[in-house]
Amino acid sequence: MSGPIRLKTPLTDADVEKLKAGDKVLLNGVIYTGRDAAHKRLFDLLQEGKPLPIDLKGQVIYYVGPAPAKPGQVIGSAGPTTSGRMDAYSPKLMEVGLKGMIGKGMRKKEVVEAMKKYKAVYFAATGGAGALLAKAIKKAEVVAYEDLGPEAISRLEVEDFPVIVVNDIYGNDLYQQGMAQYAR
Amino acid sequence: MREVHASQITEVVKKLCIESNLYLGEDVLAAFDKLEKMEESPVGREVFQQLKENARIAREEQVAICQDTGLAVVFVELGQDVHITGGDFNAAINEGVRQGYKEGYLRKSACHCFSRVNTKDNTPAIIHLEMVPGDKIKITVAPKGGGSENMSTVMMLSPSEGKEGLKKRVVEWVKQAGSNPCPPVVVGVGIGGTYEQAALIAKKALLRPLGQKNPDPELAALEEDLLARINNLGIGPQGLGGRITALAVHAEMIPCHIASFPLAINLNCHAHRHKEAII
Repeated sequence: MSGPIRLKTPLTDADVEKLKAGDKVLLNGVIYTGRDAAHKRLFDLLQEGKPLPIDLKGQVIYYVGPAPAKPGQVIGSAGPTTSGRMDAYSPKLMEVGLKGMIGKGMRKKEVVEAMKKYKAVYFAATGGAGALLAKAIKKAEVVAYEDLGPEAISRLEVEDFPVIVVNDIYGNDLYQQGMAQYAR
Repeated sequence: MREVHASQITEVVKKLCIESNLYLGEDVLAAFDKLEKMEESPVGREVFQQLKENARIAREEQVAICQDTGLAVVFVELGQDVHITGGDFNAAINEGVRQGYKEGYLRKSACHCFSRVNTKDNTPAIIHLEMVPGDKIKITVAPKGGGSENMSTVMMLSPSEGKEGLKKRVVEWVKQAGSNPCPPVVVGVGIGGTYEQAALIAKKALLRPLGQKNPDPELAALEEDLLARINNLGIGPQGLGGRITALAVHAEMIPCHIASFPLAINLNCHAHRHKEAII
């Protein structure tokens, strides 16, 4: 495995085309937080044909519900939550331009298929390393659904945010590959 | 009869909520050090390094180890010679949770099941009360994250499945959980009792110092065998592939009904948090 790939958001087709499962990536730029409740609202708006509070074209959503920031802190601990709960909503979001998702844990087949179809990738960040990951977040502001508290959508500015590609646009899956390599 | 004021309980619960979420136990840190050396996967070793660095940042900067600071699971061993004065016992615990999660800048993760509206103070706490001899109160706070709790189960097996069948069930269960519960996990196994008791002893098994074997040699052997088989799944740290899928397997067993063979599996993530105090 070679050194990490630095990527700047928003992501283009060309960016995701070069990514393969197992690649280490350092994300830079803007990413958006979103988990269960926010996903449901975005999904419902799309179903009703209404505009979204954020333009998802080329964007990356980070499945996180951060801990509250202490005075002087940009954000509290901010590690990934389990991605599977967003599976019901993700294909629809990819359809309108979402290019990347950051979380932890396995995705359903439908989501993996949608990633191939719409050219989007699924990254894992280290679950439970929220204090460490928060260090790569330089700015955070709530941009939608403030009433959801830790589930609100925030705009994050990140520098060298460390992730690894789990599902690429070619159908590869790092979880399956890794397990096969080390099972005995 | 010893009198303990309810406000003392609140203070202790508050302190334990904060400490358990900020300071990872020495037993867990020692396991990270030991298992990082045993991990064959370079990515897996890197995950261990991240977890150690994360624990250091949390400790030094007094921030939560993980943003999921859990539902507050509170185990209380109440001495039968204690008389609680000045307030309601359950309310005193909930007030401790309320204050601890606010003052510790911990995430409030409790919500209404249907509307999903947050209760905003992380109450109600999950309280398990046991009466014991003596005039002390032992309180353990074990914040439990949703990711690993979602990957837990109770199964009412047929006695014909036997010990080997039970082991297969545990290994299969951890396998299907895969990367979801934030491996390397701690596997709490509760065997016997009734439906609810199996789940409770599985959770209690998680409170044991990491890797301390069950004193019953048969169960100690079961733990060891399960740990080896689970690690042979190859799931590895964070599910990215590797030789360390579990930090430990802790099993507890009590007698069951002649018709039953209950098995509960309570997974915990590597942010294996619990702190205790005695009043």
